[in-house]
Amino acid sequence: MNVIRVGMADLNIAAAPDSLRTTGLGSCVGIALFDPHAKVAGLAHIMLPTSANGAAEQNRPKYANTAVPMLLEMMAQRGAERRRIIAKLAGGAQMFTFAGQSDLMRIGPRNVEAVKEALALFTIPIKAEDTGGNCGRTIELSGQDGSLLVRTAKQGVMTL
Amino acid sequence: MNDEIRNLGEFGLSVLREVGNIGAGHAATALSQLLHSEIQMNVPRVAVVSFDEISDVVGGSEQLVIGIFLRVEGEIPSSIFFLLETESAKRLVAGLVGDFASSEAEEFSEMEISALQEIGNILAGSYLSSLADFTKKELSPTPPAIAVDMAGAILSIGLIQLGPAADYALVVDTEFLQGEREIKGHFFLLPDPGSVQILFESLGVELG
Repeated sequence: MNVIRVGMADLNIAAAPDSLRTTGLGSCVGIALFDPHAKVAGLAHIMLPTSANGAAEQNRPKYANTAVPMLLEMMAQRGAERRRIIAKLAGGAQMFTFAGQSDLMRIGPRNVEAVKEALALFTIPIKAEDTGGNCGRTIELSGQDGSLLVRTAKQGVMTL
Repeated sequence: MNDEIRNLGEFGLSVLREVGNIGAGHAATALSQLLHSEIQMNVPRVAVVSFDEISDVVGGSEQLVIGIFLRVEGEIPSSIFFLLETESAKRLVAGLVGDFASSEAEEFSEMEISALQEIGNILAGSYLSSLADFTKKELSPTPPAIAVDMAGAILSIGLIQLGPAADYALVVDTEFLQGEREIKGHFFLLPDPGSVQILFESLGVELG
C-alpha cells in the first residue's frame, strides 16, 4: 500500500489499497472524495475560495471552484461514477485572531463555504466534516474504504 | 502569473541578504537587552521557495511550533512570521516569566504568550526600521498574533495572502543562538507580490 502525498494547492487520486495524505491544513480545506463501489479516492488541498477570472491550468488545484471539477474528471477516468461519489471535508480553521477582523483572517470559513457550493453544483453529498475552529489538521484518506483520518496537534486523532 | 521573483538574480538576493543581516543585528541587540543574555543571529538565508518547500525550513509542515504573525503595512505590504520550536520558545522566555511559566511542555501560560508577543514585536520593529532606513519607505507592523500549531497550518495564512498571484515566496530567514545554546527559531519576511518590485526598486536593484 502506498501513501500518496498531496501538497498545498495540489490534488491527486488513488485506488485501493493506496491512500492519500495532506499535511498542515490551516485555513486551507482538504476535499476528500470517494466512490465506494469503484474504490477510487480523490483528495484536494485548496487555498482559496474562487478564482476571479478563470484559473490557468496549473492553478486549478488552488481554488475550490476549479479543484472540484478537476478532481471529479480525474476520478471518472479511473472508473469512478459521479452519482456514487461522497465527500468529506476537513480544515478551514482560523489560525490567528486579530483585533478588527480582516477578510484575510476570515479565509477559512470562506473556503469551506466555497467548497460546499462547488460540491452542491455536482450534487455530491457531504457525509462528514471537521471544519472551522482554530487548529491545524493533517488528513489521510483511505482508497480502500473512504475513511478519513484527521490528526490535530492538540486534540489527537479521529476518523470521519 | 506574477512569479517575477523567480527571475531574481544573485545580486538582488545578496542585497536583500545584506539588509536582512543588518536588520537581524539590530534585532539581536534589542533582544539581548530584553532577555539579559547574549543573542546572536546568523547571516540570513534569502531564497525563493515554492509553497510546498517553505515549511521544510522549520522541519516540515507538521512540526509543532509557536508562530508569531504580523502584517507590515505601508509602502511595502508584507507578512512577517517568527516561528520557534516549542522547547526553544520556553527556554527563550524562561528568564522573563519565572514562576509564571506553564508546567506543561507544549502549553504556554498567558505570561509566556505575552512575552513571546513582545519578542515578536521587538524583532519585527528592529528589522523593519532597518528596512525602512535602506528603502526610505514608510513601514509599520500590526500588533502580533500568536498560535501554537503545525508549521504548515501557521505559514499558510501568509501564503494565502500571496495566493492569487504566485506559487513562490521570497523568504528572508534568520536563525538564532542564545549564548552557547541553539534556539531553533526562524524569522520570515514574505513581501506581497506587488511589494517585491517596490522593495527591489527602492534598494536600487532592477528585476530581470
